[in-house]
Amino acid sequence: MISKEIFLPEISLLIYAKSQFCTRHVRTMTGPIDTAVPIISINGLEKSFGNQRVLEGINLEVSKGEIMVIMGGSGCGKSTLLRHITGAIAPDKGSIKLFGQEITTMSEPQLNEVRKRFGILFQSGALFNSLSVGENVALPLREHTKLDNTTIEIMVKIKLELVGLREHADKMPAQLSGGMQKRAGLARAVALDPQILFYDEPSAGLDPVTSAEIDQLIIDLTRKLDVTSVVVTHEMDSAFTIADRMCMLDRGVILKMGTRREFEALRDTPPEQLAEEQDRLIRQFLRGDAEGPITQRKENSDYEEDILMVSLRRQTK
Amino acid sequence: MNQPNSNLEGEVGSSPITRTLALLGRISIGGGRRFLGMVGGMFLLLSTTLSHIFKGFFLPGASFKQEALLFQMVRVGVRAIPIVVLIELAIGMILPLQMFNQLDQFGQADQIATINAIAAFRELGPLMTAIVLSGFAGASIAAELGTMVTAEEIEALESLALNPVRFLVVPRLMATVIMTVMLSVIADVVMVAGGWLTAIRLGIDSDVYYQLTREAVNVTGFMTGLIKAGVFGLLIGLIACYLGLAVKPWQGSEGVGRATTNTVVYCIVAIIGADAVFTVIFYSYGLFT
Repeated sequence: MISKEIFLPEISLLIYAKSQFCTRHVRTMTGPIDTAVPIISINGLEKSFGNQRVLEGINLEVSKGEIMVIMGGSGCGKSTLLRHITGAIAPDKGSIKLFGQEITTMSEPQLNEVRKRFGILFQSGALFNSLSVGENVALPLREHTKLDNTTIEIMVKIKLELVGLREHADKMPAQLSGGMQKRAGLARAVALDPQILFYDEPSAGLDPVTSAEIDQLIIDLTRKLDVTSVVVTHEMDSAFTIADRMCMLDRGVILKMGTRREFEALRDTPPEQLAEEQDRLIRQFLRGDAEGPITQRKENSDYEEDILMVSLRRQTK
Repeated sequence: MNQPNSNLEGEVGSSPITRTLALLGRISIGGGRRFLGMVGGMFLLLSTTLSHIFKGFFLPGASFKQEALLFQMVRVGVRAIPIVVLIELAIGMILPLQMFNQLDQFGQADQIATINAIAAFRELGPLMTAIVLSGFAGASIAAELGTMVTAEEIEALESLALNPVRFLVVPRLMATVIMTVMLSVIADVVMVAGGWLTAIRLGIDSDVYYQLTREAVNVTGFMTGLIKAGVFGLLIGLIACYLGLAVKPWQGSEGVGRATTNTVVYCIVAIIGADAVFTVIFYSYGLFT
């Protein structure tokens, strides 16, 4: 006869596996977005590197269960903002609250406790190259839980099944394609069942089909695991597929924040009907037009500044 | 308030000599600042690493990664055995050969055994092992950690609430210390054996060579060599880990290459410097006679 002590953990693991399995295979259910509870709250965030102001007066709230997409051109400060939210960089000024706790004043051990409650998918996947895919996913479980090896092995299989990589557990990261590396990175990010998932350019460098698969995975994980997602991207197709709300960043300042529908409406409005320069700038970015305020600004400022700097340098010599 | 400064700059800039002196001054101050910053950073890294080692050994609940340590010991030390043996054997054979003629003129040819043994145990065993490991292990550690920084792996570790010092630096630093000591013991023996091969070729009796070697080597000489080797290993591990982790994510392959080259150069300079300091100290306290 099989004793209860041995059998019960296995039953609970099976129930857990089934709930996670449903996450991958049933895509229609949607979880509730609780707008009353901001799980991330940023107020007056400012950051400079040397003389260069990177972020200025950032105010942002993300509600529990929603997918917030932070978008903007290269070098606008979106990845820096993400690194502030995850506690990788300390701000010069302002407040960042995760789960209602101020993280800017936390010590490293306190911050580590908060870090266990969120996961990050890095732009490159950031898998540890010396470990196999399975070992990568097992690492946070080995370090932060007291689960035995068998349970960890089962958990790893569950997490890899979630992203469709169960058969690749023994492979080394170098043997995986770019899309598979990102999915493996995602499996590692959800290993500790986080409440928030951060994605840094999840579709960057992927072909359209793989990119669409990753988008679907983000939606599925957010809805079925009941997590909050913050996605930093400049891929507009991806952003409009996954976002509940969107936030446009330009030169370290939030230009506009709103629902996906609001941004869709702005994208589809003809430029002559837009009174403000800022709206025309956002529209150009959303549509990816070759001409518009962003292109004009680049052409004007850089060229004149360059010419002026050369002539100034000559005069001072 | 700005006026006097700009006048001064104008004066400095007026003569090529003063301009060159000003440039040299700026370079010296900048270089000095960078050097002090690096030394300070290394002390900080060392103290953090030692505190993690202490916690790992003595605090209940804190884990100590023995598998990672063994893996690094194999990588740092075991794979370096053939090259250390080859170099020490060659030095052991060359040194007596170079001294033989001079000593033979005074009828002291047998003394090559004494000189070779003292050189091996006090000096060349630990020193050559450390220099080989600077290139073999130091460069590899710096390149590995630098690549991990550029591939966002260090940031990923931190995001998983794992401390990179505990996870990466502790096993590497311990492995370099342990393996430099162990390899220098092998180096000592191999160098003496190399000297013996030359000695018998030059007509010195094996028993005489063995007897003189035993007389030359005492516990103090052996232990001072091991102390040196331990410190050399610490310097290699510390410099390699620090420079590897100091690579910035945006520096890419260029930053990794620079860290690797600098690691080898700084390690060799630090090892030679430390060796000189140790020799002075050991002679001052009468440990070497």
